[in-house]
Amino acid sequence: MTVNVAEGLVTRTALAAPKAKSGIAFRPAVWLSAVFLLLVVAWAVVPDAFTSESPFDTDVDAAIQAPSLQYWFGTDASGRDIYTRVVFGARSSLLIGVGATALALVAAILFGFAAGLGGRLTDGAVSRFLEVVLALPGLLLALIFIAMLGPGVATEILAVAIGSAAGYAWMVRGQVIAVRNSGYVHAATALGHTRSRIIVRHVFPNAMRPLVVLATMGVGQSIVWASSLSFLGLGVAPPAPEWGAMLDAGRDFVSTAWWLELFPGLAIVGCTLAVTVLGRHLQQRIEGRLA
Amino acid sequence: MTARRVLARLAGVVGVLWGAATLTFIIEQLMPTDPAQTILGGAGSKPTPEQLAAVRVQYGFDQPVLLQYLRYLGGILRGDLGTSYIRKQPVAEIIGQQLGSTLTLTATALVGAWIIAVVVTLLTAHRSRALAALGSGLETLLAALPQYWLGIVLLVVFAFTLHWLPVVGDGGPEGLVLPALTLALPLAGFLGQVTRDEFSSAMEQPFAVSARARGMSDFGVRWRHALRHAVLPGLTLSGWALGSLFSTAVIVEAVFVRPGLGRVLVDAVTSQDMPVVVGVTLFVATIYVVANLLVNLAFGRIDPRLRSAAH
Repeated sequence: MTVNVAEGLVTRTALAAPKAKSGIAFRPAVWLSAVFLLLVVAWAVVPDAFTSESPFDTDVDAAIQAPSLQYWFGTDASGRDIYTRVVFGARSSLLIGVGATALALVAAILFGFAAGLGGRLTDGAVSRFLEVVLALPGLLLALIFIAMLGPGVATEILAVAIGSAAGYAWMVRGQVIAVRNSGYVHAATALGHTRSRIIVRHVFPNAMRPLVVLATMGVGQSIVWASSLSFLGLGVAPPAPEWGAMLDAGRDFVSTAWWLELFPGLAIVGCTLAVTVLGRHLQQRIEGRLA
Repeated sequence: MTARRVLARLAGVVGVLWGAATLTFIIEQLMPTDPAQTILGGAGSKPTPEQLAAVRVQYGFDQPVLLQYLRYLGGILRGDLGTSYIRKQPVAEIIGQQLGSTLTLTATALVGAWIIAVVVTLLTAHRSRALAALGSGLETLLAALPQYWLGIVLLVVFAFTLHWLPVVGDGGPEGLVLPALTLALPLAGFLGQVTRDEFSSAMEQPFAVSARARGMSDFGVRWRHALRHAVLPGLTLSGWALGSLFSTAVIVEAVFVRPGLGRVLVDAVTSQDMPVVVGVTLFVATIYVVANLLVNLAFGRIDPRLRSAAH
């Protein structure tokens, strides 16, 4: 086992070194993703800096206007400016996406570490529980909780978190077990370090590293899920600017006013893509450093 | 795979489903709303205490929780998933009525996703840098597309603008194209990512090199040798894919206003019709778990390496 790991490391260093270098080199997709995400974060933090309109102001005379110089992304049936609503929508979409992912990861770390570090009995119990939860597809699990608690933003965050937590927990458990059986943990044990010190100094940081990637990509996944729920009318309620809810509201006009569907959708797809590209990049960087 | 192992797997599946049924029962018990109120018309209605009490007796809500649980489990074993609070119709019957439509959609999507993934892999994997980057970029894009938005874009382009396909299907095959494509494209992106890596490494394997040395054409090596290896890890995900298709069908059915399990589920979630929510969820979970079991058993036979890896 130890020999294999060492061999693997040697070949990996030999093969991965040039790869890691090219990973640091200029990559347009990575830069584009970073810039786009920064823009979305800026929308979420200071939406007023990007638009002088209000996302709620209606103007019946300006209803259903195609994109123009005045209305960059067009207007909706109540004459609200779509660009303004997309900008203001960033806050709730990001909050829900990041909140749900954070909640899911905290639960996953608790369960994953309990299973990975606890005895056979704890591991067995947690693993069986995770298997049961994983048998229920995530979206359906989220729907059950919405049926139970009624729709709303808090429910949406909770539902998305619950829907994705079990999958993360399973990965954390695997990671903890892999680290626990690694050479450096055996070495630390042989050196007489205490169990708690080994867990804090070795197991935790090393098991957490791959989670950085998981968390990054998870935010994209959560944004899509949350907007799906809003789209089904089970999340953020209509007047609030939220990308999924905007898509749902625009559905009735889809044959005439394509801009109602295009721009909020592009915002969601842009976020997911950017997060995926950045996550992959991070993954390569982390793997390069490990080798 | 010995009969004993098959039995052990089967027992595992039954255990997981029992756990899922128990979990959903606990969730139902934790409902903050009164089911008797839901049955008598929801939050807006004002039933008399006598009516509420009568409904509680009729549905057995007045009995001890343990007894309710055993009756619930017993019902599931007999294929009885309870009665809808709103439609007052057995849940199993509702599922039976809606299953055909959803099954047609998901099966078409699964086949479509594989065709797209295989074609993209054959054309772009292990080719020149630019072509490979194009293929892998396409897969990343497809995998990132949210189904509801993809569905709307396809509707706008192919139904409203080009008028090639109907907006709302009348049950004919034309009406199935856009919903199935909406489900298939993101899955194809995901499957393609898995297939591509495997395909590239298979093309470097000695058997591929020797096939080419024997004078086999590049397409022949791709089609006859590399593809078989590349498709295998993706196929082992078929159980997972089927489960995920069943749950994303919820969204697609809403976009295309198609009847099916998903529509029933969303309506039930909105009206807190828990027997339907739980029934449909357990049904999908069963399909998911059983499909995974079958895939595991079947692939242990096809690829001996999986057997040795698993045990």
